[in-house]
Amino acid sequence: MGSITLKQVTKSFGDVNVIKPLDLEIRDGEFIVFVGPSGCGKSTLLRMIAGLEDTTSGTIEIDNQDATDMPPAQRGLAMVFQSYALYPHMSVRNNIAFPLKQAKVEPAIIEQKIEKAAKMLNLTDYLDRKPGQLSGGQRQRVAIGRAIVRQPSAFLFDEPLSNLDASLRVNMRLEISELHKSLDTTMIYVTHDQVEAMTMADRIAVFNGGIIEQVGTPLELYQKPVNQFVAGFIGSPKMNFISVDAKAGDPTCSLGVRPEHFKITEEEGLWTGRVGVIEHLGSETFLHVHVDGVGTLTVKADGDCKVAYGDIIHLAAAEEKIMYFDKDGVTIPELSWGEEHPSSAA
Amino acid sequence: MAIKDTNKSKLIYTLAAWTVSGMIFFPILWTIITSFKTESEAISASPRLFMFDWTLENYAEVLSRSPYFDHFMNSVVISLGASLLGLLIAIPAAWSMAFVQTKRTKNLLKWMLSTKMLPPVGVLIPIYLLFRDFGLLDTRIGLVIVMTLINLPIMVWMLYTYFREIPNEILEAARMDGAGIKQEIFQVLLPIALPGIASTLLLNVILAWNEAFWTLILTAANAAPLTAFIASYSSPEGLFYAKLSAASVMAVVPILILGWFSQKQLVRGLSFGAVK
Repeated sequence: MGSITLKQVTKSFGDVNVIKPLDLEIRDGEFIVFVGPSGCGKSTLLRMIAGLEDTTSGTIEIDNQDATDMPPAQRGLAMVFQSYALYPHMSVRNNIAFPLKQAKVEPAIIEQKIEKAAKMLNLTDYLDRKPGQLSGGQRQRVAIGRAIVRQPSAFLFDEPLSNLDASLRVNMRLEISELHKSLDTTMIYVTHDQVEAMTMADRIAVFNGGIIEQVGTPLELYQKPVNQFVAGFIGSPKMNFISVDAKAGDPTCSLGVRPEHFKITEEEGLWTGRVGVIEHLGSETFLHVHVDGVGTLTVKADGDCKVAYGDIIHLAAAEEKIMYFDKDGVTIPELSWGEEHPSSAA
Repeated sequence: MAIKDTNKSKLIYTLAAWTVSGMIFFPILWTIITSFKTESEAISASPRLFMFDWTLENYAEVLSRSPYFDHFMNSVVISLGASLLGLLIAIPAAWSMAFVQTKRTKNLLKWMLSTKMLPPVGVLIPIYLLFRDFGLLDTRIGLVIVMTLINLPIMVWMLYTYFREIPNEILEAARMDGAGIKQEIFQVLLPIALPGIASTLLLNVILAWNEAFWTLILTAANAAPLTAFIASYSSPEGLFYAKLSAASVMAVVPILILGWFSQKQLVRGLSFGAVK
């Protein structure tokens, strides 16, 4: 079991409301990712679930039990920190054994659990080393090992890969995903990296300014973002927003087109612009196109795109791929993905 | 050209360092040398640095005239006792200030330090009267208490600085792992902060060992440490330079040896966290 329910949870530091009243249901066995820019409250909420921060109001239920005022150790959760937070004076073996020793588990069982976790995480050869003698990836695996042996009802990850280099991050991402599949335990994962969120999550909660903007599967958020913030945050490179003049009877204030949804045409398209910086990534090319009256648009093209710096190109986008936002930045669903479309209605 | 300049500045810095070290060390060297002179040689109008008749008679005289080992033991008990008792109070204090901060923690720290800026003579009368009334005059326990109180602000400040260097996340991890406050302090915090705690202890042993103001005022014979033992050689009948020097050497040598052996630890502790 590992279901967590947040009911009208808030957190204030003095007069500052870091978390505004918030409800969220995290299902048993689910991999949910909290994503959002720095200072949006995602880490604070994770720490509140862990019990490391007090809850100003509202309730946190873990497995249908009110855990709002429970001390961290009694919540049955394990946390993996950004800085690994290993005990530097203890060997890997003792780091992993620490939570079990605190729970007064028998030494023989502790040894069994350490061996099992070490085997699972490829740490068997490093058990007698100190954390200072390990690489970043190994340290993070020890931190995960320390969390696994407790057999928690849920794992909490607080930006666990931020301190690793890019290639190691990709590997660890896969390892954590595989771990989730094999343990089938609830995982709450905090990150500011939307690629991590998209690749790992069953569901993503997008945070902004202490509120959850949207919760949904990665594809839901990509295809049907509820507002401009989610549309801009999910997807890389981010969505292009184009302001449009308000017309009578049409609430549209801006359009959103993802870089991958532009088509470069030889004849006139919706927009015409001059090609600026070109980023060749091999498999794909990103063009930064300056369009008069619109600004710079990012366009994703094929890897063998022949466009050169300074060329004038025309851009088009399929109608069904364009999103429409009103003056408050809220998506207009009937225009963005509904059957009714301005062009077809005309 | 650049290499020449570097060599030149290296030479200047080396010379400057030696000059300053020489100036600091010279009085100590002079004391050591004087302790091997006769009294008449010690007060000679044309003092000689090395070319004199070396003698050990001052040491023999000092040892036969005063109970050196009693004073030595008093110094050990008072300085170690005060430093250990201080640690016992300062560790929890520094822990709460470093990890359970409130709005007033910074003010409290400043206030603690400000007590070190007060001239000790300002509290002389009340402390003396308290000691008299509680029967603490000329007792080791009395001096342990007063030394603890004098050095406590420094100990709390030093430990606070070391503790602040320890990432809060490590203690939070311990809390998540089921450690109570006791386990968190004893199994996680103290082992990590050990270099800092050791240097705090060492520095305070040295400070308490060298403290003279309170030891001269609050002790007479029973609890008099080595500082009082040195002072007993400057009497109204006159100064006995050679014997005074011998007594001084015997008083500083133990702490000098301790300092020498723990130099590495002290430097590491004092620069703890300077380089991440």
